[in-house]
Amino acid sequence: MLTGMWPPSPGEKEYALGFDCQRTRRILVIPALFDEATKLRHFTVEVMRRLDTMGIDSMLPDLPGTNESATPLEKQTLTGWQAAMHAAAKHFRATHVLAIRGGALLADLGMPTILYAPVPGSGQLRAMLRAQVIADSEAARGTTRDALLESGRKNGLRLAGYCLGPAMIAELEDAQPPQDGAATTIPQSELGGGGLWLRAEAGHDPAQADVLANRIAEQLA
Amino acid sequence: MATNLPAPTEQAEEIDLVLRQVLADVLGLSAERIAELDAESGLFGHLPELDSMAVAGLLTELEDRLDIIIEDDDVDGEMLETFGSLLAFVTRKRADG
Repeated sequence: MLTGMWPPSPGEKEYALGFDCQRTRRILVIPALFDEATKLRHFTVEVMRRLDTMGIDSMLPDLPGTNESATPLEKQTLTGWQAAMHAAAKHFRATHVLAIRGGALLADLGMPTILYAPVPGSGQLRAMLRAQVIADSEAARGTTRDALLESGRKNGLRLAGYCLGPAMIAELEDAQPPQDGAATTIPQSELGGGGLWLRAEAGHDPAQADVLANRIAEQLA
Repeated sequence: MATNLPAPTEQAEEIDLVLRQVLADVLGLSAERIAELDAESGLFGHLPELDSMAVAGLLTELEDRLDIIIEDDDVDGEMLETFGSLLAFVTRKRADG
């Protein structure tokens, strides 16, 4: 496993983790978004580890504003992230894309693409708004999803601990994963267990990682 | 001999099963542990890992799997306190739907 830097735009630098042996099959892994990125980080890296043993390179870049990134999350947009993923694909000379969950919203990069359990932007937003309403209600602050969304569209919003700008919220409301013809989807039901993004505490499931890595390798064969 | 259980019982069993399955996914519990849950088993406020984000995921997954809609107003500490109270809530929602 290697770490390195890549330029999301000229002069900028972000961190990436990868298994890069200059092999012919090279997957750009677009991580899940927000809270799900944390829940799925271990699983994602374990899948990459398995792909490595199958002779497949994979690179997992930080989305600007997340993980080790020094840029603020509230300035990020889905459009900006997609441009950054284009730059990452070019920098790493990716031949394929694997997008995890909400990462599918950034996966339209014009190359063979696999989506793992993709979620539309509205679904991503719904869970975060609901978490915020529950947290607010625990703190005796009465809010509703509609009121939060309304204010978020104008001023941005700190949602479940993530500072999202108004443009990000607006884009999440409408964003959809690439259509079936443009990408291959591996649904959670094929992995034989519950999605690890549902876990209250980040966990791992080696059996699910085996299945997903094998399914990805089949697609690349 | 074909069993001919009344539909409400079948549905109650299905809802119980789905709820246990979703809780297993959220809490990362084994089938044995999840089978031990009874009406009095404490959930929100009893399990520190069950925070607002996890509850949001739990409710969203229940909506998808049971084809129900859970409103913000439905969600309070009492409804989420025990396995029994959450089961009663989703059963009622399913009947309303």
